[in-house]
Amino acid sequence: MFKCKAAWNKLAPLARASSTLCRQAGKRAVLRHERTPQFVQPAHMSSGPSGGGGENTLYFVLVGATCLAGGAYAYSTLVGDRERYQQRITEIESRSSKPAAEPSTPAKTQPETAEPVSEAVVEPSIAEPVQEEAPVPEPAAELVTEAPAPEAVPEPLVAEPCLAEPVVEEVTPEAPVLEAAPELVVASEAPAPETPASEAPAPEEPAPEAAASQEPDSGAPTPEAPAPEAPVPEVSAPEAALEESAPEIVPEPPEAEHLVAEEPVTEALVTEAVSAEPLPAAVAEIVPETPPVTQSASEPASAAASPAVEPTHAPYLLIGGGTASFAAARSIRARDPGARVLIVTEEDDLPYMRPPLSKELWFSDDPTVTETLRFKQWNGKERSIYFQPPSFYVSPTELESVENGGVAVLTGRKVMHMDVRGNKVKLSDGTEISYDKCLIATGGIPRNLQVIERAGDEVMKRTTLFRKIEDFKALEKVSRELKSITIIGGGFLGSELACALGRRSADLGLEVVQMFPEKGNMGKVLPEYLSNWTTDKVKKEGVKVLTEAVVKNVTYKEGKVEIKLKDGRVVKTDHVVAAVGLEPSVELAKSAGLEIDSDFGGFRVNAELQARSNIWVAGDAACFYDIKLGRRRVEHHDHAVVSGRLAGENMTGARKPYWHQSMFWSDLGPDVGYEAIGIVDSSLPTVGVFAKATAKDTPKAATEQSGTGIRSESETEAVAGSVAVGKAAPTPPPQQKEDYGKGVIFYLRDKVVVGIVLWNVFNRMPIARKIIKDGEEHADLNEVAKLFNIHEE
Amino acid sequence: MSYCKQEGKDQIIFVTKEDHEAPSNAELVEDDPNDPYEDHGLILPNGDINWNCPCLGGMASGPCGQQFKDAFSCFHNSKEEVKGSECIDFFRGMQECMQKYPELYPQEDDNESAPSGEAESFQTSNNANKNKTSSYS
Repeated sequence: MFKCKAAWNKLAPLARASSTLCRQAGKRAVLRHERTPQFVQPAHMSSGPSGGGGENTLYFVLVGATCLAGGAYAYSTLVGDRERYQQRITEIESRSSKPAAEPSTPAKTQPETAEPVSEAVVEPSIAEPVQEEAPVPEPAAELVTEAPAPEAVPEPLVAEPCLAEPVVEEVTPEAPVLEAAPELVVASEAPAPETPASEAPAPEEPAPEAAASQEPDSGAPTPEAPAPEAPVPEVSAPEAALEESAPEIVPEPPEAEHLVAEEPVTEALVTEAVSAEPLPAAVAEIVPETPPVTQSASEPASAAASPAVEPTHAPYLLIGGGTASFAAARSIRARDPGARVLIVTEEDDLPYMRPPLSKELWFSDDPTVTETLRFKQWNGKERSIYFQPPSFYVSPTELESVENGGVAVLTGRKVMHMDVRGNKVKLSDGTEISYDKCLIATGGIPRNLQVIERAGDEVMKRTTLFRKIEDFKALEKVSRELKSITIIGGGFLGSELACALGRRSADLGLEVVQMFPEKGNMGKVLPEYLSNWTTDKVKKEGVKVLTEAVVKNVTYKEGKVEIKLKDGRVVKTDHVVAAVGLEPSVELAKSAGLEIDSDFGGFRVNAELQARSNIWVAGDAACFYDIKLGRRRVEHHDHAVVSGRLAGENMTGARKPYWHQSMFWSDLGPDVGYEAIGIVDSSLPTVGVFAKATAKDTPKAATEQSGTGIRSESETEAVAGSVAVGKAAPTPPPQQKEDYGKGVIFYLRDKVVVGIVLWNVFNRMPIARKIIKDGEEHADLNEVAKLFNIHEE
Repeated sequence: MSYCKQEGKDQIIFVTKEDHEAPSNAELVEDDPNDPYEDHGLILPNGDINWNCPCLGGMASGPCGQQFKDAFSCFHNSKEEVKGSECIDFFRGMQECMQKYPELYPQEDDNESAPSGEAESFQTSNNANKNKTSSYS
């Protein structure tokens, strides 16, 4: 059917031209014979007995010839069109940047092609219309409404909207171009209805209707599947209508795109056309030039048309472009074939993972790492922090039309308002997008210290709140240029950054200071003895650690940032990194009418991560009910993956609660690496089971040997060596400090294990997960510890 | 010879290898194989393929996801002697699709098997993960 339509579209101009000629011949006849204008009407219905006469015969002959020629032409066009379309696709794909072409050149070539078209189709006696056509495309290319030349619209112009389809569709990947394209179409639609009004006869209506129907088609390029059949059927359908009704020519403002479409029209008529040869070349030229042409030729009507460019409806709308969102997108696509997923993110980057920003990226030897953002994993393989390269995603404008669906990312937009009753959201640029199912994965923003916020611009300029790629780039630059960096915060992020910077401190001549209110690094996570041990390790990394440090105020003095602590200590530094927690982003709660949790912060959701009927929340922003461990909010990477995946499953109908416990991990230098699962809160009573230290429990040597940094620990844990530690003596003598080389720490709540830390022990997470899932009371945790085989590799 | 000490609320036990040689008497709850909540790995209890398995990475969800699903389903259900021998068309279709996205599907990998270099997934711990960073990719 589409083929017919496309063929019709192509042949329509021919029919129109012929009918124009006939009509004009008829008019001339009228004038010559001084008949009344009424006679003009019957000229259309000239098949009756009152017809007859030379004009009608000529008319029939012309129409008949047109039909035959049209049939032959349609056939050849159908065949050639497919090839040309493929060529254009490959051209566009290989194009790295749009060439800046002069608009005038294509415009000029168009009129030339218009001429041979009309000449070829009609008898040579059409000098007038040809000349009228020639000037028409030119001014039209500059989008002057051609009301003065209503009838002389060249037939190819009608074919243009149809053939414009492939061009417009190909042009879709270019967003700015696309905005121009519908603008032009909109503009063309305006004059199109005008000019038909000037035409009296009724039979014209099928033509404008056909044309108008083509206009909306090309006006909404996205819904059209870019199938090779599409342009062809459209040509044939309107053409058939036109041929039957023998209508007047509908004036179509020829746009640059439409002018391009003339090429194939003329190409088909190679045998008859005069200058057909240069056309195929011109096609190739003009296709890349079309985008700039359309842009340059755009009218003020653009403003109204631009929202139509982007999707207005997304079956799956994911707010936020982080780990949870990406995991959900993957999950949705895996479970719902052909799903169309739209991610809307405030950031300018495609979805990426955050952990390497404070770990692996700092250990990279590559000086261009801030650009490439690639890091080496534990297994030696390199990868980018981006989950997928840009080619994985479809363009947002194509999302609604692409055949098998896909994931599209709208960057740089924030969702400002959510209308739950109407199932739609409003973005920061005013766009409204409706959805069927929505995921909120907005994550959070780093908290800042009040004393820093009040300290003024000079201090704020020298403060980094670390979370995003740009923060990493900025801090990396700072670390190379400045002499002293202070990190406020002793949790995961603060400690990891301190260790990462500490490692560089020797090479860069950089002083790294870390301060926090707790007694030791990870004071809120690890039991005190382990926290102290960790702090020693961090100090060995070259970090100046100030424990029990509460910041009183911060000022900018004499080119340095001066931090005064409550106990009187003063630290003078060049740059401050505040790693004091994450504030979940819950601004949407107000407009969406969603509940916020007062204990943990974040959106309150049920065990299936659902906030309301079609709204789920995952990741850092979700305060969810964990069936095993109670209500909580988790700010770790694996949780974002697990919850994102679960939300995606539930959005596609799975109805599963949070069940698979997520884990987390941290690396603090070559000696300290651990994995953990469940509720790991140092305020809980703990039982730690450690392997009595042996020489093999210092993987440092192995790390340095492999040179791939901390990640290699798991691979290269050394083989058994001699025992260094003392025997049964319960007290750790000063010279023989107990080395917590490796072990398992159980966190208990009412005698049930709710959290486990695997200390330098790897590949045992499934066992840990099982123990927490069981939720049993174990009398002797040493027996449970046996399950982990901590003495083994 | 292990020993134990208490630091406030925290108990610390040091154990030698020998201490841990005796098998554990800790009791673990029997796992229900039909637990609807559990993650099931690649093959679901009813025999279907779990397209959401982390082990597949992004294969089933990317631009060539549909082709991959067709090919892999055919292979999985194949009862021929040479498994998958009748699925050659699906695999060809999948390969053609993948060739259009060389960035996503690096050609040196064996694209016909489920996990590829690119497809190393969000392996959370349920996949015998080697290390914390297996949670990456």
